[in-house]
Amino acid sequence: MTGYVARDRRWQPDALTPAYKSSLKRSPQAALISFPTTISEETGPVFGHDILGPLDADLIHNFAADGASAIGPRIIVHGRVLDEFGRPVPNALVEVWQANAGGRYRHRKESYLAPLDPNFGGCGRFLTGEDGSYEFRTIQPGPYPWPNGPNDWRPAHIHFSVFGAAFAQRLITQMYFEGDPMIPLCPIVGVLNAKEAVEALVASLDMTRTVPMDARAYKFDIVLRGRRQTAFENRPEGM
Amino acid sequence: MAQKLTHLRESPSQTAGPYVHIGCTPNFAELNGVYPQDLGNVMKTGVVQGREITVTGTVFDGTGTPLRDAMIEIWQADAAGVYPGQAGCDPNFTGWGRSAGDMETGEFRFETVKPGQVGFRDGRMQAPHVTFWIVARGINIGLHTRMYFEDEAKANAIDPILSRIEHQVRVPTLLAKAQSDGHYRFDIHLQGPQETIFFDS
Repeated sequence: MTGYVARDRRWQPDALTPAYKSSLKRSPQAALISFPTTISEETGPVFGHDILGPLDADLIHNFAADGASAIGPRIIVHGRVLDEFGRPVPNALVEVWQANAGGRYRHRKESYLAPLDPNFGGCGRFLTGEDGSYEFRTIQPGPYPWPNGPNDWRPAHIHFSVFGAAFAQRLITQMYFEGDPMIPLCPIVGVLNAKEAVEALVASLDMTRTVPMDARAYKFDIVLRGRRQTAFENRPEGM
Repeated sequence: MAQKLTHLRESPSQTAGPYVHIGCTPNFAELNGVYPQDLGNVMKTGVVQGREITVTGTVFDGTGTPLRDAMIEIWQADAAGVYPGQAGCDPNFTGWGRSAGDMETGEFRFETVKPGQVGFRDGRMQAPHVTFWIVARGINIGLHTRMYFEDEAKANAIDPILSRIEHQVRVPTLLAKAQSDGHYRFDIHLQGPQETIFFDS
């Protein structure tokens, strides 16, 4: 039977995670209704390079004034988008967003006292190559406090929105930084049940990809649901 | 002990957070000048085939409060029941829409076409439907649902997915209601007595 591998709901976070307070009133309580993927889930939008501008994958410069650049530790984030069978996912649109080096988002609802950086917007996007690889430049975001518990802080992180070849692969997640002591303290990280699931979201410092005298590099691979391919076609059984 | 499986595991999901609009609809978030326009705000790129419709709705939390920080995406077939990217699809229809919702009310709005029917795995036809995907602060993993059409009672009654739902009393949570000509309303309730059916597919 073709179609996409079922999502592992024990590995993925539950909807209701009380330590992350916002989930309490935003979590469905009835059981999800399961069905094998159909053409509606096995297809998805395709994006072309024509949507991309020359600075879309350079957050250091894509909001900066001419000749200026964003303040903060300069980094390259690179990796591959793969499926569960290890196959590359080419031409995947990835959108990223993040706070600035002081931990401040450029958003009207943001109230943290850290200052905005006039040369940093905080969004970027790119398409993966034939081998599923990607790379973008940014500044390392700062940690910041948020209203949950009386003293909760987010570890430094970058948000990722990923499209695969099918809507079944649609995923939004966050990338954390190796060695950050804030990771185990965070209630949003804490929605993940398995220690291995947390590790899967922590990018490794990658000195081999560092550009000397310019930017350090972090490696972050992303895995999307796999599409089954088998010679044995099951007889359809309704469901 | 047994042999180790070498498959990779899907990356764990994390909430899109309160600032998803910075990344996905930056112009809406007043972060102008980075991208010329927000992706997904136009589904019709020319003259489209079939019946043009408008879909509006609001996402409510368990207290009945509208979400104003959500991102809603839809994916659907064209009027003939062909998904964009497949042979014979309507070249002027993208099939994919994305809405940040209204800044004040949170109401989403899609200018689209009424989808045609598509097949199920066993060859039966599915009733016309639109796939919805909802992310927001407080939602740990994107919520997948479908919008069907209240005025497609005949097709809905034999739809292979709708007809297998045990609690048929909940099926109306998936039905868009015709308002005026060409306007459908589809409210989504994350929790509570009217909780929308969500899928795991």
